[in-house]
Parts: sequence; C-alpha cells; structure tokens
Amino acid sequence: MAATTVPDNTTKRHAGRASGPAGGAARTGLGRKVRHNLQAHGFLIGAVLCFLMFSWYPMVREFIMSFQEKKRGVTTWVGFKNLDRVYHDPYFWTAWKNTAEFTGYALVIGFAVPFVVAIVLNEMRHAQAYLRILVYLPVMLPPVAGVLLFKYFYNPDYGLFNHVLKFFHLPTSQWLDSSHTAMISVVIAATWMNMGAATLIYLAALQNIPGELYEAADLDGAGLLGKIWHVTIPQTRMVLSLMLLLQIVATMQEFTNVFLLTKGGPQNSTMTVVYMVYQYAFNYNNFGSAAALGLFLLLVLIVFSGLYTRLSRNAD
Amino acid sequence: MSRIGYRRLVAVALVAGIGLTGAACSSSKKDDSGSKSSSATAGTPLDPKTKVSIAVDCEPPTTKKAERQQWIDDVAEFNKTYPNVTVKSKDAFPCEDPAKFTAQLQAGSETDTFYTYMTDLQQVLDAGQAADISAYVNDKTVPNLQYIDPGVMNVLKDGGKLYGLPTSNYQMGLIYNRKIFSDAGLDPNKPPTTWDEVRQDAKVIQDKLGSKGINGYMDNSAGNQGGWHLVSEMYGEGSRAVDESGTKAAFNNDQTKGILQTLHDMRWTDKSMPATPGLQWGDVQKAMGTGKIGMYVGAPDDIPLVVQQYKAKFEDIGMAPIPGGKTSLFGGADYMFKKSDSPDQIKAGIAWVNFKFLTLNKGQFNYPRNKTDGLPVGLPQPFFFTGSAKDQDTAAKKASATVPVDNFKSYVDAQVPVVPEPPNAQKIYTVLDSVMSGVLTNQGADISKLLSTAETQVNQLLAASQ
Repeated sequence: MAATTVPDNTTKRHAGRASGPAGGAARTGLGRKVRHNLQAHGFLIGAVLCFLMFSWYPMVREFIMSFQEKKRGVTTWVGFKNLDRVYHDPYFWTAWKNTAEFTGYALVIGFAVPFVVAIVLNEMRHAQAYLRILVYLPVMLPPVAGVLLFKYFYNPDYGLFNHVLKFFHLPTSQWLDSSHTAMISVVIAATWMNMGAATLIYLAALQNIPGELYEAADLDGAGLLGKIWHVTIPQTRMVLSLMLLLQIVATMQEFTNVFLLTKGGPQNSTMTVVYMVYQYAFNYNNFGSAAALGLFLLLVLIVFSGLYTRLSRNAD
Repeated sequence: MSRIGYRRLVAVALVAGIGLTGAACSSSKKDDSGSKSSSATAGTPLDPKTKVSIAVDCEPPTTKKAERQQWIDDVAEFNKTYPNVTVKSKDAFPCEDPAKFTAQLQAGSETDTFYTYMTDLQQVLDAGQAADISAYVNDKTVPNLQYIDPGVMNVLKDGGKLYGLPTSNYQMGLIYNRKIFSDAGLDPNKPPTTWDEVRQDAKVIQDKLGSKGINGYMDNSAGNQGGWHLVSEMYGEGSRAVDESGTKAAFNNDQTKGILQTLHDMRWTDKSMPATPGLQWGDVQKAMGTGKIGMYVGAPDDIPLVVQQYKAKFEDIGMAPIPGGKTSLFGGADYMFKKSDSPDQIKAGIAWVNFKFLTLNKGQFNYPRNKTDGLPVGLPQPFFFTGSAKDQDTAAKKASATVPVDNFKSYVDAQVPVVPEPPNAQKIYTVLDSVMSGVLTNQGADISKLLSTAETQVNQLLAASQ
C-alpha cells in the first residue's frame, strides 16, 4: 500500500509548485485521491480526535506545565524551577528506588508466574478452556474490587492470609502494615490481578511452537526442564522480550494498587514515582512540580519504549 | 494511506494540540479580580425581584435522612423570603475530599457557593477561584456578623480581604469510650490529661480488655489524617508546626519527639494500639463506634458519626481536652464563593449561608427540630459566636439537649486556648503522615531522622508556596 501511494505524494509536491493546466490536473488528482480515501479518513477521525484530546494534548500540556507555576490564579514561566524542586525533594530517590523495586519484583513474580502457568496450561489435555477462563477471570474484575479484596486478605488481625498461616502454625506477617513487607504484598496483589492477560499471550505463543521440536528433544533425551530451556524459551524469546519491555513500561507507572492499598506507606516504602506525581498534584496542589516529575518519568520510559519499538520492528 | 499521509495528519493534530494548549494557557492567565465584586451595590441585600440561581454543595446525602430532609425544608423556608433564588443542591459526604477538591479547583468546576475547610484558603486563592466578598458582608447581609469570633473570621481573610463565611468550627480533644473505661476499672469522669496518663490508661485497657479485641488507643498514619492528628497533639504540648512567619517548619523539637516516642512505646512496648493504624478518615471513628478502642484524638463532630453510623451510644462517649492542654488546634468549615459568580449569585449565596448556618434558631441552630429528628443537641460545637449570641445559643442548646452534656464537661471547662491550623496545612499534614506511619508501623523507627526528613520537605513546600 505504501509503495503505491508514495509516488502520488511526490506528484502532489510537484503539483504544488506548478501552475497552469498541469497544476489543475494535479489538483484533480489530489481531489480524486482525497475522495478515494474519504471513507478511511472518516473512520480515522474519531480515533485521532480521541488521541488528540486524551493523549497528545495532555502530553503537550504537561510539558508546558512543568515549566510553569500558578499562584493567585496567575500562571507564570519559572524555567527549570519545578524540575529542580522535585529533584531535591527528600523522597525523590526513595520514589525511584521504590519504583525500581516494584518493577524488579513485578518482573520476577509477575513475569515468571504467568509464563509458568501458561506452560502448565499448554500441557493440559482436559479442561484447558475452563482453566483459561479461570486464569483470566481476575482481569475482568474491576481493579478497585480486586484490590480491596486483597486489602481484606492482608489485614493482620482478621485477614485470610494470616488465618492460613496460623492454621499451619507458621509465623504471621504485617503485610501492608510493615515497611519491610508492604511492597512485595502490593506486587502479589498486582500480579494476581494482571497475570491473566500475560498468560493468554504466552499460551498463544506456546501453541505456535511446532510439536516436532519437542519430539526431537524427546529423542535427544531432554527432560522437562531441558525442553523448556532448549525449545520453549528460544521459540518464545521474541514474545518474552516484548512482554518484558511492556511490563517494565507498565509497572514503572504503578499507581492504582499503591493508591488503594497503602497510599505510599508505610513510611513511604511503597511511594512510587507516579504516586509522588499524584501527591504533588492533588495533595500539594502543585501541578507544575507534578508535571516536572512526570517529565523525569517520561524520559526514562522513552528509553524502554524505544527498545520496545526496535524489538517489535525486528519481530516484524 | 501512505506513511507520509499519516505524518501530515499527526502534524495537523500536534499543531491543533499546541494551539489548544496556547488557548488553555492564555485563559489560565486571565485575571478578573475585583471586576464583579466591586459592584457599587455589593453591600446591599439581594433584590427580591432579581431571578438568580446558585449551585451549593454539601447537601447531606440520602443516607443521612434527617439532615437531608432538614436541608430540603430549609431550602423551602429560605425560598419564602427569597422566592427569586433557585438553590441547586449537590450532595456529598464527606463534604470535601481534598484530592477531588483540588481537581475541581483546577477545572473551575466547584459549585457557585462551595464548601471548604478553613485550611483551604491559600489553595483556593492560588487556583484563582475565590471571590472577594468583603464588600458584600456587613450587618445587613449577615446580622450576626458582630458576634462571630474575630479569630475565626481572620482565618478566612487574606490581605485584609474576606473570602468566606464560617459554618462550623471545632477544637481538638481526646474522645474516649466511657464504658470501656468503666469495664477496665478506670474512672470515666477522670479522663487522662497528659500523654503519660494516656499511655497508662491505654495500657490498663489493653491489659484488661485486650483479649476481647479492644485496644487502649488508636491513631492515624495516612490520608492527611496522621499529620492532622500529630499537629493537634503538638499543639496540646505547646509546640507548633511552623514558625511565626509561616515560612519554616518548627515541629522538629523535644515536644514532638516526646509525643512520637510515647506513641511508639504504646504501639510497640505496651502494644496498646492496634497493629493497623487508621489509614483514612473514618477508620478511628469506626473503631470507636464499634467499641474497639478506648481513646483517640479527634474533633467533637466525630461524636454524631460514631453514634449514628456505627451505633455507639451517646452516653458511652466522652470528650476531654487535648493531652497536654497548653493550646488546642482549632479548625472548621466555611463556604466560599466562586470568582466567576455574578454579584447577584454572591449575594444569594451569602443569604443562603446566613440563613442556614449563621442565624440563631434557624437552620443548623434549630435545636428543637434537631431534637425531634433524633439528632444530637448539646455537643460542644460550633463555638464561634461571642457575646449575647453565644449566651442565646448556649441557652437554646441546653433547653433541647439530647446528649449527656456532662460527658463533655472537662473538655468545655478546660478552656484551652485555641490556635488555628498552620498555613498550607494540608501539605504539611501529607508530609507528617509519613512520620506517623514510621512510628506506628516500624518498631525500629528513628524518630529524629523521620522528623528531620519531614522538616526538609515541609521547608521546601513552604518555600514553594511563597
């Protein structure tokens, strides 16, 4: 499609400089071209407007706001003051450390668990469809309901988890109420709620692996782990890499679970960068600094998004 | 479509986006201060012939049936005097959610006459949303103006200009469960007055009733509630959150450390506090209402909540002065008026607030009606009237009292000097949440370090607000 349209555009550029009958002919061509694509543009306009209003405009607005300050209803340019302010916030590095910690845990738990579940599901001979639904079910649950469910489970006094631990005579935990266990507790809740989608993607990738490869591995005497290591992982490497990058980009923007479960506590142990952005905007009423902090995050995410784009291009 | 075609489309979209941004920026710089409120007739009451419509928030929710009906009845009665005013009520509970309120201010989507906490003035002014009502408020539009405590009115002023009218205020104290005190063998008529006594009594309660799931004391650590409580507790010990100029943190001192050490010891040594501190507004009130804690620091308006929502009994709830008793934090609520209101809307809003919240024997001061509706009468608030209005209000309240007034005697008799909340209070509370969180969730918390870090952050926030 691109190959046929590029020459048309070239013609259009030449036509712009031309005059007289030749230009008129080109305009006729342009008109035909527009008419030809009118339907496509019509379909696109809604999506483009949505992107314009809800993605591009806020991004541009955020960039501008990060250099502005509003006082007494008057907005002024303050240069790099907001960036400097958030950089020197005593919790700036705490938030980044927490974000990295969350991302790390989310990769270890949230990346490995769905992959293992997908492998198990792929090996199932019976009830695979039902189990797929079961695994995907938490994704369909409204996030707030799922998080509040976990909040109840984590309660140190009457929560389900401590009841189970007590039943087996194991030491109980403070879960969300301790700065040592809060982050991992948030990650567990987040993983439970989000693993369904990742599992189905891995499962689709696993089902595309030719059975002959496993048969060959069998003949070579490979065990279960050998087959996973030498067949499954290499065959799904691209999907795994893409999912890894997507997960990094998504988990670095963690907010919902932190907001609902811990509000950044205890003792700022779960305060992520995005939660800090929220705090600047809605608790400190300082939208300029919130935007500046968002800008820092954007710069980091651009790196991972760039890697993702490059990798997905290679995948194509 | 070709890639080039897409690029053009994106370029058009970006240009439009930047254009919109420019428009948004230019509109945000618009400053019409005083253009409407400087009307020559501002000080006169609303002309009954002028048709005007105002949206007002904080109508009680349907779950509070009696208060909701009272509001509806009051609008109807108000309309007898002002048939030309249409009051469009918006319900909410609690009346203000700070994060939502911030978003509303940024969007300019608050109601024409809007509820705020007394701590919100700077935020509303920075958002450019408050109308200067100085010219509109006088003894004709608010007949009881002369009786309102000047200290309360000052909280709503900035640069000599008035931006709001108070509707309620409170003084922090110690709310305690008299039945739990009795069950633990403590004298409910002798509540603790110092932090040492609070710790002792909490331990007695824990030792005697801990096996029933009852804790001696509870405090908050998040949702700005932890910071608010800590500042209240500092005030009780005579400490302050900020210095006189309001530009520097002043809480990193021995008094604050002493309070935090006591809280830490209660949580980790005596274990007289629950493992989970309050994380949001309503947590400690729920624990008190359901008979799970002996004491907490709070405001008198919590008492109806713990009784009505969590089914505690009025006779079981008592209130004492804030531990330390040197000074007590006072705060409250008020209504402000949107800057974009027309002069008639401001007048109508003031007329409504005056009728509903500032007229003796009417609206919130209609004690016989409150008694009939089963609402509490006799709580020690609001207390912003002075002189004859105060005497009149006290007598009317006493005549219709439905709550055991003696339960609040020590709180009322103590006459602890009140001090308003610090400037930029909500920001300071957010920072101090982490200090409370540290002490109540980390046995090895380094109190000095927590305070020092909080001090740095508060100083930064205060500097940014200058």
